[in-house]
Amino acid sequence: MVKALLTAILLFPLTFAAAAAEPDAARKAELIHRLKHDCGSCHGMTLKGGLGPSLLPAKLKEHSNEFLIDIIRDGVTGTPMPPWGVELSQDETAWLVKKLKAGDTYAK
Amino acid sequence: MQSKIFIALALLLSACVTSGNGVRGTGDLGVVIERAAGSIKVVETTDRTSLYGLTGFGDLSHASTVFSRDGRFAYIFGRDGGLTKVDLLARKIIKRVMQSGNSIGGAISQDGKLIAVSNYKPGGVKVFNSETLELVADIPATDIGDGKRSKVVGLVDAPGQKFVFSLYDSGEIWLADFSQGNKPLIRKFKDIGTLPYDGLVTPDGRYYIAGLFGEDGLSLLDLWQVDNGVKRILDGYGRGKRKLPVYKMPHLEGWASVGGQLFLPAVGHHEVLVVERGSWKKIDAIPVHGQPIFAVARPDGRQIWVNFAHPRNNVVQVIDVPSRKVIKTLKPGKAVLHLEFTPRGEQVWLSVRDEDRVEVYDTRNFKRLATIKADKPSGIFLTARANRTGL
Repeated sequence: MVKALLTAILLFPLTFAAAAAEPDAARKAELIHRLKHDCGSCHGMTLKGGLGPSLLPAKLKEHSNEFLIDIIRDGVTGTPMPPWGVELSQDETAWLVKKLKAGDTYAK
Repeated sequence: MQSKIFIALALLLSACVTSGNGVRGTGDLGVVIERAAGSIKVVETTDRTSLYGLTGFGDLSHASTVFSRDGRFAYIFGRDGGLTKVDLLARKIIKRVMQSGNSIGGAISQDGKLIAVSNYKPGGVKVFNSETLELVADIPATDIGDGKRSKVVGLVDAPGQKFVFSLYDSGEIWLADFSQGNKPLIRKFKDIGTLPYDGLVTPDGRYYIAGLFGEDGLSLLDLWQVDNGVKRILDGYGRGKRKLPVYKMPHLEGWASVGGQLFLPAVGHHEVLVVERGSWKKIDAIPVHGQPIFAVARPDGRQIWVNFAHPRNNVVQVIDVPSRKVIKTLKPGKAVLHLEFTPRGEQVWLSVRDEDRVEVYDTRNFKRLATIKADKPSGIFLTARANRTGL
C-alpha cells in the first residue's frame, strides 16, 4: 500500500509532464538515429520488420500508445526485445511512439 | 608528327593498363557495407585505401557478403531481400534480384555454383545459380499458422555441397544436400531448442552450432555423424538464472577456434567463455569490458579481438590466448560494429558506424595504420572468405 502510494506520488509529476515535455532538437536527432540503427538491427532499418515485427504505422495502429510505451521501456519477456527504459525516459518514449505511429521517423 | 604523338599516347595507355590500373588480382580486396546509404565501398588492404564506391543496393542494414571462388564477384545480401552480384574488377553491379521481402544473409556452396539466401518473409531458403542468379531451388520453412512460415537464421555452407540452417520460430535445424543435383535432399532435425537465433559451422566444416534465445545452452549437429542427431551442449551458456537484458545478441559467425579451444561471447554477461572442443565444457571465463558481440581470432590464433554491445560499443579489446588475459583496450570511436582480419592477420579492419569511418590497426603493436571514410559502415568482408567454409 505504502509502496503503491509512493509510486503514485513519484509517477505523478512524470505523467503530468508527459503531455507537454518533448525532447530537445539534439536529443530528437539522437533518438531517430538510435531508432534506425539500434532498433533497426532487429526491426529493419526501414522498420518493416526483421527478427522483430514491423514498426510501420499500419501495424502499430492496432495498439494504444501506452501499450507501446510499456513494451519499449519494459521489453517483452521470452522474446529478444530488451527493456529500453534504462535509457529512454517516459517522455522520450512517448515522443518516439508518436513519431512511429505517424510514420514520421525520417524527418530531420 | 601527329602519328608519332598518337603512337606515344597509345603506348602510354597500354602501359597504364598492364601496370595495374587495368589488370590486377582480387586477393587483397574487400567490401565495406554502408548500411544507411545502401551502398558499398570496395577497399584494398595492400595500401589500405578505398578504391571506389557503388550505390543502389537497397536496405543494407545487417547486410553480409560472400565471394565467388575466384574472388572476382561479391554477392551482397540485403535486409530487404535484395541479392546483388558485383564484379569487383569491372567495378559495377552486374545482376540484382529481389528474392524475398525480408532476408538475413546467405552462403555460397562448396563448389561455388550455388548461392543460398535465408529469408524471414516468406520464411525459408532460396537457392540461386551463382552465375546467372536464376532460382534453382525454393525451400519453404515450416508452417507456423496464419499463413506464416518460420523465419530462417544461421545459414551456412558445409562440405559435401550442403547448406545448414536453423528455423527460428519452429526450433529446427535443416540440412539441405545438393550433392545429387538441384533437387536437394532435406533432412530435418526437430525440437532442437527454443528460438535458435543464429548458427555457425566450425572452420573445418564438421560441427554446426546454433545459439538459442529462448533457453540456455547451444544445439550441436556433428556433420560427420548426422544420424546421432542434434545434441545440447554447454547447458550453462546463455543468460543464466538472473536474466540480464541483452541489447544485442552475440554473433556466432567468427567464433574463435584455437587449438582445442573455442572462445565465445557470453550472452548478456561481460565475459568471453573458453570452451573445450569435443567435451564442450566451459573451462574458463575471461572478464571483458561489456556484452561481447564478436570474438574473432587473429588467423594465427594468438589473439582474440572482441567488440561490444551498445552502450559500450566504443571499445575493442584484445585477449592474449596463451595467458587468457585482456592485453589491450582500444577506443576506435562510437559504435564499433564489426571487425575483419587480413588473411595473414597483420591488420585488423574495424567499422566505426557513428563516426563514418573504418579504422585499420596493426595487430602487433596496436598502432593505427589508416582511416578510411565510409558512410555508416557496418560489415567488412575481405575476399579471403572465398576460400573458407562457413563464411
